[in-house]
Amino acid sequence: MPDFTSGIWSYIIAIVTILSIVGLTWFTIAQSRCKKKKPGEQAQTMGHVWDDDLAEYNNPMPGWWLNMFYITLAWGVLYLILYPGLGAFPGVLAWTQQTQYEEELAEAEDKYGPIFNKYLNQDIEKVAMDSEALEIGKSLFSTYCTTCHGSDARGARGYPNLRDNDWLYGGTPEAIKTTITKGRTGAMPAWSAMLDDEKIFNVTSYVLQLAGREVDTESASKGKEIYQTSCAVCHGAEGQGNQQLGAPKLADDIWLYGGSRKKIMESIRAGRNGHMPPHGEFLGEAKVHLLTAYIYSFSKEQGSN
Amino acid sequence: MTDAQTYNYKVVRQFAIMTIIWGIVGMLVGVFIAAQLAWPALNFDIPWLTFGRLRPLHTNAVIFAFGGSALFASSYYIVQRTCHVRLYSDGLAAFTFWGWQLVIVLAAITLPLGITASKEYAELEWPIDILITVVWVAYAVVFFGTIMHRRVKHIYVANWFYAAYIITIAVLHIVNSMALPVTLTKSYSMYAGVQDAMVQWWYGHNAVGFFLTAGFLGMMYYFIPKQAGRPVYSYRLSIVHFWALVFTYIWAGPHHLHYTALPYWTQSLGMVMSIILLAPSWGGMINGIMTLSGAWHKLRTDPVLRMLIVSLSFYGMSTFEGPMMSIKTVNALSHYTDWTIGHVHSGALGWVAFISLACLYYLFPRLYGREIYSNRLIEVHFWISTIGIVLYITSMWVSGIMQGLMWRAVNDDGTLTYSFVETVQAMHPFYIIRFLGGLMFLAGTLVMAWNLWKTAAGSKPVTAPIPEPAMAH
Repeated sequence: MPDFTSGIWSYIIAIVTILSIVGLTWFTIAQSRCKKKKPGEQAQTMGHVWDDDLAEYNNPMPGWWLNMFYITLAWGVLYLILYPGLGAFPGVLAWTQQTQYEEELAEAEDKYGPIFNKYLNQDIEKVAMDSEALEIGKSLFSTYCTTCHGSDARGARGYPNLRDNDWLYGGTPEAIKTTITKGRTGAMPAWSAMLDDEKIFNVTSYVLQLAGREVDTESASKGKEIYQTSCAVCHGAEGQGNQQLGAPKLADDIWLYGGSRKKIMESIRAGRNGHMPPHGEFLGEAKVHLLTAYIYSFSKEQGSN
Repeated sequence: MTDAQTYNYKVVRQFAIMTIIWGIVGMLVGVFIAAQLAWPALNFDIPWLTFGRLRPLHTNAVIFAFGGSALFASSYYIVQRTCHVRLYSDGLAAFTFWGWQLVIVLAAITLPLGITASKEYAELEWPIDILITVVWVAYAVVFFGTIMHRRVKHIYVANWFYAAYIITIAVLHIVNSMALPVTLTKSYSMYAGVQDAMVQWWYGHNAVGFFLTAGFLGMMYYFIPKQAGRPVYSYRLSIVHFWALVFTYIWAGPHHLHYTALPYWTQSLGMVMSIILLAPSWGGMINGIMTLSGAWHKLRTDPVLRMLIVSLSFYGMSTFEGPMMSIKTVNALSHYTDWTIGHVHSGALGWVAFISLACLYYLFPRLYGREIYSNRLIEVHFWISTIGIVLYITSMWVSGIMQGLMWRAVNDDGTLTYSFVETVQAMHPFYIIRFLGGLMFLAGTLVMAWNLWKTAAGSKPVTAPIPEPAMAH
């Protein structure tokens, strides 16, 4: 935390602050000492006139207003005694926002920790059948995952659909847990330097054919040759994908970055970079465990993979 | 009559007209971006029309174009009339008019293009910042030059407030805008990290304190006694609340940065001084409202006076709400929510805009030598706009407090009850109400524009002779 200042400045801040509050108080008291009006006495103007008819009465300041001012000044002094404010003086309570944060966190850990931890020694398979655990998982998912994967977990372009049973890095409890804990980085290299537009067009034809679309068979067969030398290493000879690398399966009609010819050519030409950030350190194992079970439970809904 | 025997009303008229025009433009942009928040498709996928670019255009247009023109018009009118002398230098006064309009036009071009220094309420890039500085110095010369040549001994209270606003805004603008230019349209702030944030909010909060508060209090101290035909309630109160206000405001900026990397001592001082600021702020409201004592009946018949008094009531409400929101515990709920937007608009629409519009109703008949075209239309304006303000701020209160409470709501198991998008969904109806509130306020302003147009059209501009100062009695 920067303190803005060091050494003698801390004292100067404290002195300026104290003098300011004292000065304000003194000034107000001094100005409030004036003759009180007798009952029924009319206020007089100060004797100056501007612009034909502008004048000022010599009314005293309202007492309730003065009292309000003094109360806030006194409150200010009290606050600066209790809390940090006068330069480096930490205040009688020695409050810091860091300790406030840590205390609130510890309190939450005491209160809620056991609720999460009790699932830790249960298998994911079992946790995924526990309706209470799934409720917690759902809440955690809404907080931490929906921004990318959507509140229905069906993803968005570039962010995988978690409900389609098509897993980039594997759908076993262990694989899902690893994905959440450590994150994933998927990289499809850009091919524009290696393949000209015609070749990219042909490879795309073949990829579309693998997905079961109607394409020009001549173009697709030309594309197949390129596919076998350039793409099969990661995506597999049959387009079955590779979960070790996170290379998507191509022999289905599920597309992470769009399944139109234009989008597929764009993916090949410019490459793609997918990034799932790691959450292990941030959430702790107990929450990751529950999230894993929640996400794993999707595949149960649609029959096992 | 020679020029020296008359007041310079020309520059006042120019600024008064531009107050109306920029008010309509700024409010229109505000209504449009409010609609975008309710119906995001209104972006039309055009970069120049996106919320991120139009929002600073809205804030700059309403604060500096509309509010600024109102301040120029009223300060030039008041300083002449309360000093019983023509404005110092007609040439410089004209320069401030054309210079300020140029600043506004440049803002209207650069902000939608995405050219921004990315400092809130100080988005304009460095060449425009320099132009602002030059215009502002000219403004100070005209204003203080007139004060120095005054023909009355005492300086009227309205002028103290204008003086404080002109001096402090100069300091704030120059210090906060210090930057290293890279190209004509790009610069980097001279400050880094949390220091930058602190300088920014020292500026930002005092833009509210001195531009939107002190300046408009100057307006209040002239137009309320004039319209009510009564002396200012208490000279002593005006002295104490003036000095306490200008002294305390300057400390309050750090309350925009609670629970951040800002040092604790800075956060605490910002909060303490914000609380102490309550009474000095209310001093102005009390002095204005008490000026009416003995003339309360006029509120029933005089819609302009009613608008002035309602604006002071909104001022009092906002300046109570502000210190309350600066308390850390309250701020933990209110910060980053729509509550802040509601708070700002209760000040901006209720106080700043209302007192400026009332001042236009006062000025136009005097600048054009005609009775106001329709008092009934002032009533219509008053009610449409007042209902608009109430819809705006209540919807933002509800939406903001709901938003804050939803963010912090937890289930029995300690997980958050609502995802972010659920809070957005819950706010949607209030966004529509806010849009309607803003639309009503704009509609009221358009009614006023029509009324003032009918008042001024075809008239011969007034040449006002300078009366002899009244002898002290």
